[in-house]
Amino acid sequence: MDLKIYKRRQLANRIGLTLSMSAMGLGLFVLLWILFVLLSNGLAALDWAMFTQSTPAPGSEGGGLANAIVGSLMMVLGTAFVSTPIGIFAGVYLAEYGDQSKTAELTRFVTDIMLSAPSIVLGLFVYAVLVAQVQHFSGWAGSLALSLIAVPVVVRTTENMLRLVPGSLREAAFALGAPRWKVATFITLRAAKSGVMTGLLLALARISGETAPLLFTALNNQFFSTNMNAPMANLPVVIFQFAMSPYDNWVRLAWGGALLITLTVLILNILARVFFREKAQG
Amino acid sequence: MDPIEQASHAPDQNMLSVVKRQRIQDFFFHKITLSFSLLVLFALLGIIISLLINAWPALAKFGFQFIWRVEWDIVNEEFGAAIAIFGTLVSALIALLIAVPLSFGIALFLTETCPTALRRPLGTAIELLAAVPSIIYGMFGLFIFAPLFAEYGQPALQSTLGQMPLIGKLFGGAMNGVGILAAGIVLAFMIVPFIAAVMRDVFEIVPPILRESAYGLGCTTWEVVRNIVLPYTQNGVIGGVMLGLGRALGETMAVTFVIGNSQRLSASLFSPGTTIASTLANEFGEAADFHLSTLFALGFLLFVITFIVLSAAKIMLIRAEKAKGTKT
Repeated sequence: MDLKIYKRRQLANRIGLTLSMSAMGLGLFVLLWILFVLLSNGLAALDWAMFTQSTPAPGSEGGGLANAIVGSLMMVLGTAFVSTPIGIFAGVYLAEYGDQSKTAELTRFVTDIMLSAPSIVLGLFVYAVLVAQVQHFSGWAGSLALSLIAVPVVVRTTENMLRLVPGSLREAAFALGAPRWKVATFITLRAAKSGVMTGLLLALARISGETAPLLFTALNNQFFSTNMNAPMANLPVVIFQFAMSPYDNWVRLAWGGALLITLTVLILNILARVFFREKAQG
Repeated sequence: MDPIEQASHAPDQNMLSVVKRQRIQDFFFHKITLSFSLLVLFALLGIIISLLINAWPALAKFGFQFIWRVEWDIVNEEFGAAIAIFGTLVSALIALLIAVPLSFGIALFLTETCPTALRRPLGTAIELLAAVPSIIYGMFGLFIFAPLFAEYGQPALQSTLGQMPLIGKLFGGAMNGVGILAAGIVLAFMIVPFIAAVMRDVFEIVPPILRESAYGLGCTTWEVVRNIVLPYTQNGVIGGVMLGLGRALGETMAVTFVIGNSQRLSASLFSPGTTIASTLANEFGEAADFHLSTLFALGFLLFVITFIVLSAAKIMLIRAEKAKGTKT
């Protein structure tokens, strides 16, 4: 009798753990499968022309992604310039004054929601306040839409990293008579430097593959252009348009772009982790 | 005045001016950082207000009926959000049904049974899955998953679940791979890493003493998780699931590739549909005037829905965090 219950409990345990292990296996399998598909389709498209030529016109042969790669890089850099100061200052505020104020609590709540807000709606917002007002799509509008996604990431990681700095370090600085702004910038922020860098890298990784907010802001541009004030080619939107197209060379380029973007994002993520681990050890 | 007193005052004056200067600097430092964090708040307010203003013509014409009207007639300017809302909710629901047990299994494995040496690399692998851009999931879904699903998945479902009474209708119709069910499955793979990461984090806050006591009483690992870990982390787990739901509702690219994009309502999950986000992605470029305003109204609805879901998720997670503070 007792043995029967014991056997049943053991069986339940074994079934549960096996299922959990297979869930893990499935997760890993999907990751490897996606990588395999990207590599097998993308490597075929990787050649020198992809980096030197611009996107081909409908029906024409060959072509590359040079304009989209440059456009994406410029927009991501633009976003980094906009969102780094905003994110770090807001993060410093939350870490320094966040304990006593209701504003900080509300800001924290709102940032956390913006972290997962539907990115396409952010594109709509930028369309309404910028694109519709100036009557043309632009690289700046794309950068602005991406910043709305990047800033919350930077704010939250900056705050968390600043909070990891030991209190004794801050207290020592205060005891020497340092004013608050000096403690915040020269002591805490400097101590948390690599953590803040991690946040920036994660934010860049997050926005590099974002497509939806760029659809109505940067739009696309078939030609090579470095003018941030005009519609700008970018990898995600090019992939979106080319992948659904009937032309073979377009689809091939879409796979090449997809491989490029995924590798960039994964490398940025791994870099961010390495940065942070070094900090944790040092 | 006494010369000695004067001498001792001189450095004080100097120090006072330094202190005064620092006070002013601190004042500005406070205000500057405060204004940057207010910027984030204003961005949210700005989003809501600008969406509402642009959506107003459509909302004023249709009123609340907009939510359950089924028409989507661009030529005659008759619009309703019902089909898009239906697609959004159903695809997100399917995603949750698949993703929640999977993420639970992954979190359980990572916190309970995984060998310590493998914990970090496997955890990182799951986090990398979360980092893969959504457009990649979309391409993967359209080119790789949909053909396989049409050839093996859908016939299998139709011959098993499709034969049952009541739910049989859900699995009827043409089998071409793309459709609401396919979108739900691709979405599930996208949100698994998010939910699993939250679940793993909250499972780790369970005080070791509770776990060890249960093991000491002779519980199996499965029983410890069911009777100790899950009840203890309830709020966090629900918060994580809601977070995943919020993601699934607002996802654009992955869905747009595989849902088939058609403004039709059908009983079968195999048939193509549309979501709010994919309607926006497909139609916004060619829309003008009143059609544009309708799309803003759709965007506004989506924002409100996800805002509510994400707020609920956040509140649950804050509660879980508080439990960690008091009970350990």
